[in-house]
Amino acid sequence: MENETNHIIPYRTYLYVLAGLIVATLTSVAVTQISLGTLTVAIALFIAALKSSFVLRIFMHLKYENRMFSAAVIAVTMLIAVVIIITLLDYLFR
Amino acid sequence: MTAEIHRDDLASKTGMWLFLFTEMLLFGGLFVVYTVYRYRNPQAFHLAAEELSVFIGTINTIILLVSSTTIAMSITAIQKKNKKLALMLIGITILLGLAFLANKYFEWGSHIREHIYPGSPVLTLRGHGDVLFYGLYFFMTGLHALHIIIGLVFIGFIASKIMRNKIDSGNYVLLENSGLYWHLVDLIWIFLFPLFYLIT
Repeated sequence: MENETNHIIPYRTYLYVLAGLIVATLTSVAVTQISLGTLTVAIALFIAALKSSFVLRIFMHLKYENRMFSAAVIAVTMLIAVVIIITLLDYLFR
Repeated sequence: MTAEIHRDDLASKTGMWLFLFTEMLLFGGLFVVYTVYRYRNPQAFHLAAEELSVFIGTINTIILLVSSTTIAMSITAIQKKNKKLALMLIGITILLGLAFLANKYFEWGSHIREHIYPGSPVLTLRGHGDVLFYGLYFFMTGLHALHIIIGLVFIGFIASKIMRNKIDSGNYVLLENSGLYWHLVDLIWIFLFPLFYLIT
């Protein structure tokens, strides 16, 4: 049966990603301790998005899966982003 | 005549992803509510967020990241026919999930001891913004903790299937799906952590 693509990801890869994710977490903690106003929010969310992309691509195997999955994840993420932006525009300009 | 059981792993994973999308939209909706309330009550959200323990939040973030790594590694172990290692990694994942819940228990406990919980008179006196912040905090972290509990049960069920050789190197899509669920719970936390603990 052609069920599994049998792409085996080495243990090492996961450990490297984990190290990166922990460094990113500590960086966001350190950065947010310094008060930079709106920039703090932007940096914290940027780091969260960066961490998510690693979890999605490596841990959740999107990098190795059928492209259909990545496309759907991007579509859903954009939908949520658009809803947040439209809602904010409403509150900012009413 | 040999009976062949029909299996479609791609369809199985597609179904799991579709379910995960509904989860993303569920939490996405809550993030919209959070954004609006934060925008309307910046001062109260700022002061309330400073009361949360960044230390416990950071520890819990790292616990979840490590647990995601171990469940991901268990798939590699199953593919390499190393059942023992796969079960060990899954066991570590479950222990880390329980550790996360234990931290949450102490965290919530300390809030409740200070009379801060949804509907508490002390919280009502502190004003509308605080009620909204803690309402969202308890609801979103509570819903997330519920997902952790469901994930632990799901992963425990998968572990019992591996023990009974119902999941092996030729048929492990269920392990992959339980991993996907666990990673999604981790993903949600990746956003909850900065929004509630870090951005003040």
